Amino acid sequence: MSVNAKQPVEEGHPMEELLRMDRSPHIWCPPCGLGTTVTALATALKQLQIDLNNVAVVSGIGCTGRVAGYMKVDSFHTTHGRAIPFALGLHIARPDMKVIVFSGDGDLISIGGNHFIHTARRNVDITVICVNNFIYAMTGGQVAPTTPITAKTSTSPYGNYEHPFNLPLLAASSGAVYVARWTALHVRRMTTAIKEAISKKGFSFVEVIAPCSTLYARLNKLGSGLDLMKFYHDNSVIKHGVDLREVDINYQSKVIVGKFIDIEKPTYLDCLNEGNKRVFGDKYKPYGGGNGDN
Amino acid sequence: MATTEIRITGFGGQGIILCGYIIGKAASIYSNQHATLTQSFGPEARGSACSAQVVISDTRVLYPYVTAPKVMLALSHDGYVTHKDTMAGDCILVYEKDLVRLEDHGITARTFGIPATRIAEDLGRKIVLNIVMLGFFGAVTGLIPRDALRQAVETSVPVGTEELNLNAFDKGYEYGLKLAGKAESKV
Amino acid sequence: MKADPSCVLTGAHYLDGNHACAEGGIAAGCKFFAGYPITPSTEIAERVSQRFPLIGGVFIQMEDELASMNAILGASWGGVKTMSCTSGPGFSLMMENFGLGIMLETPCVLVNVQRGGPSTGLPTLPGQADMMQARWGSHGDYEVIALAPDSPQESFELVIHAFNLSEKYRMPVLVMTDECVGHMTEKVVIPPAEEIELLERRYTDKKPGEAWPYDPSEDGISPMLPVGKGYKFHVTGLTHDNRGYPVINAEAQEWNVRRLMDKVNKHVDDIIWLVEKDIEDAEVVVLAYGISSRVVQPAIARARTEGIKVGQIKMVTVWPFPEKRVRELAEKVKAMIMVEMNYGQVFLEMDRCIAGKCRSRLVGHAGGTVHNPFDVYNAIKEAVK
Repeated sequence: MSVNAKQPVEEGHPMEELLRMDRSPHIWCPPCGLGTTVTALATALKQLQIDLNNVAVVSGIGCTGRVAGYMKVDSFHTTHGRAIPFALGLHIARPDMKVIVFSGDGDLISIGGNHFIHTARRNVDITVICVNNFIYAMTGGQVAPTTPITAKTSTSPYGNYEHPFNLPLLAASSGAVYVARWTALHVRRMTTAIKEAISKKGFSFVEVIAPCSTLYARLNKLGSGLDLMKFYHDNSVIKHGVDLREVDINYQSKVIVGKFIDIEKPTYLDCLNEGNKRVFGDKYKPYGGGNGDN
Repeated sequence: MATTEIRITGFGGQGIILCGYIIGKAASIYSNQHATLTQSFGPEARGSACSAQVVISDTRVLYPYVTAPKVMLALSHDGYVTHKDTMAGDCILVYEKDLVRLEDHGITARTFGIPATRIAEDLGRKIVLNIVMLGFFGAVTGLIPRDALRQAVETSVPVGTEELNLNAFDKGYEYGLKLAGKAESKV
Repeated sequence: MKADPSCVLTGAHYLDGNHACAEGGIAAGCKFFAGYPITPSTEIAERVSQRFPLIGGVFIQMEDELASMNAILGASWGGVKTMSCTSGPGFSLMMENFGLGIMLETPCVLVNVQRGGPSTGLPTLPGQADMMQARWGSHGDYEVIALAPDSPQESFELVIHAFNLSEKYRMPVLVMTDECVGHMTEKVVIPPAEEIELLERRYTDKKPGEAWPYDPSEDGISPMLPVGKGYKFHVTGLTHDNRGYPVINAEAQEWNVRRLMDKVNKHVDDIIWLVEKDIEDAEVVVLAYGISSRVVQPAIARARTEGIKVGQIKMVTVWPFPEKRVRELAEKVKAMIMVEMNYGQVFLEMDRCIAGKCRSRLVGHAGGTVHNPFDVYNAIKEAVK
C-alpha cells in the first residue's frame, strides 16, 4: 500500500512555511488566477506576522475549494457550499483563531448562498475570500450565479440569460463589515485587502475576479490567460467606496474594483455575550473555548 | 396492576397541558406512582380544542396513550363533546359547570361540576381556573394525595405565582370535598 | 472522567423525552449546539438555548439543517463536544454532511425525533421509518451507530452514551427517538455528576510534524489532532490517505472505506447493546426498539400467561444490527417477530440474518401512532401455530 507515499520536497521555496510543499504540484491549470490569489493570502499572513498555529482555512468544493489542501495551516476541505457553516462552528469553538474561508463563486454563492447571507447577517468574525471566475470550472464550465449575461458556458451554450449576482452588494446588504473587490492582476492591492479583511473584526469579504482560461475564456473565445489579465488591466476601474448598486459585472464590461465597505459593528460573539450579560449579569457563564487539551 | 387513564380537555390557553403535567408530576415525583403524560400537539394546542392525557399506574406504564379514560376533566364544551364518547364505563367526569353543558354520554358516568372560572375570577386571576379544576379533581377522585398535588403545583407554576395558585388549588379542593362521594348525577 | 456538577441537574424531574435528550447532552459536556426548528424535535433546541448561558455553552439557530450539521462538525474539530437535533425533512438535509462527519471521523451526536413520512408527512405524530435512512442515508459505503430510547429516562441516558461512543469511535452517533417518546413526559432521575462517566476525546501524544489525522492505531481509531497547536493538519471529504491528503484512486478508496467500516465492525461486541428477557426457553422472540420495544411488553406478558414461550429482545442499539445474535437464535426458535412503526426496515436485516432458519414475521404499520399491543399478541399467537 503506497497511499502514504511521500512526494519529493523542494527546498528553499519562499512560501514553504505557508504551503504544503509535500502536495506540490497543485492541480490548477497554468494560467489560472488561483495561484496568484493563494500567494496573496500567503503573503498577507506573512506580513501580518500572526501566529500560523492560530490560523485555519476552510474550503468547499471546486477548483478554489482545493485551496485548503495547499495551505500549511489547520485546514478543512468540506462539502460543496458548506465551508461557511463549518467555519462558523470552528470559529465559535475557537474564537482565538483566525478562520478564513477560501472558496469559489459557485460554492459560496449558489449552493452555499444561504449560509453566506446568514453568516454575514450575524456578522460572524470570519474572513471569506471568494474567487469569482464566472463559471463552474471543476465540473467542466457550467453556468454560475455570477456568469455575466450572454456569456457562454457548457450549460448556457447559447449565452447566459440569467441576471448574475453582484457579490459586493450582496455581502454588504447582508451585513458584511468589510467588502473589497480586486482582480487577480491587482496582486498588491488584493494582498492589502486580504490583510485588512483578516484584521477586521466581523464578517469580512474579498471578491477576487480571476481568469479561467481553460473554460470561461475558451468557451467565450476570449484568448489566453494573459489576454484576460490584459483585459483586467485595461478595464478595471478603481472606485473606493462607490455605491454598490453600480458594481454589477456585465459581459466584458468595465470591472469596478476597490475597497467598498469598511465599517464597525459588534460581532456575533460580541452580541451573544453582551445580550446574555444584560440578562444574567454575573451569572452568565461565557463559553470558555475548546482548547484541545482536555 | 392498578392503572388509571385520565384525559383533560379544553381549549388552548386554559392551561390544559399544565394541568396534566401537574397531575403526572404529583403522581410520579411526589407520590411514588408511575405517570406518563402525552398531549395534543400542533395548531390545536394553540387555540382550539386541545387535550392532555395521563396514565397513572403503580407499575411502569408500558402503553403510553389513553384510549378509554376512567377520569375526564372537561374545561370546555367543545373538548367535552370531542372526547365524551371515549370515556370508559363508570367514568368520573369532572367539568367546568359554566362552560360545559352535559349531554347524554350513552355510558354510566359520575359527574362533578364546579364553576372553576368564576372561582378563579374571584381570586383575581381567571388564568388559574385550571388549578381550581385540579384541586377539585384531587378531592373528588382521591387518586393522588392532596400534599403531592400541592407540591406539584408549587414546583410547576411560574415563580412568584405560587401563593395564588396554591390558593386556587385549595379553593377547588375544598369545593370538591363537599361533593366527594356525592356525584350530582349518573347520566 | 466524571460529568461537571455545574451542568448536571441531579434529582428527580418530570420531563418529556426531548427535554431529557437536552439534559443528557448537557450532562455529557456538550458546549455547542447548532439546530433548526422542526417539529417534533424543537424542544431539545429550546431547552439547550435556555440552559446554555448559565453553563458556558453556545447555542445557535442556524439558517437550515445543512448549516446545523456543518456547524457542529466545525465546532467539534474546534475541540468541543457538539450536538444537534432534527426530524423528518431536516434529517434528509443533514444526511449530506452526516457523511462528511463520517468521512472526517468527527465525534458529535445527532438526535432524530422521528415523525411520520415521507416528505412533510405527520409532523406531530410518531414514526420509525427513518431507520434505513439512518443506516444508509448519506451516499457511499460506511457503518453507523444508532441508539433508540424507549422513554424520557432512556433518552437522557442514551444521549450520554451516544456522546461516549462518538468519542470512543471518533464518529457521529445517532439517537433515533420518535415523536411519542420525545413528547411523552415521565419521571427522569438524573444521577449525581460523579456517577456519570464520560469519555473524553483522545488526542495524539505525538508532536506536531510527527502526527497525521488518520495515523494507524491498534484498534483502528486514530487519536485526533487538536486545532491551533501547530499540527497544521489537513482533512478532506475526498478519499484520503492517513495524512488526510486527497488520493483519488481505488487503492486509497479501499483503505479509507475499510477503515470507516472496520471501526464499527471490529467492535460490534462492545457497541451492540441488547436487553433480553425470557429468551432461555423461548419459542418465539419479539424484536423491537425504541417506543415499540415498550408497547410490545403487555402483549408478551399476556402471551406468557397463556403458556406461550415468548421472549423479547429490546434493541438499545439498532445499528450495528445484532447479526450474530439473530443468527444464533434463528437456529433455536420457531419464529422471530420484528415490531416497528414502518412497513419493514430493520425487519429486512432480521429476515436476512434468519436466512430461512425459522419463521420471520413483521408487525408493522405506516406510523402515526404506536402499535396496538393486541396486534403484537395476535402475531405471537399466529407465529407459534
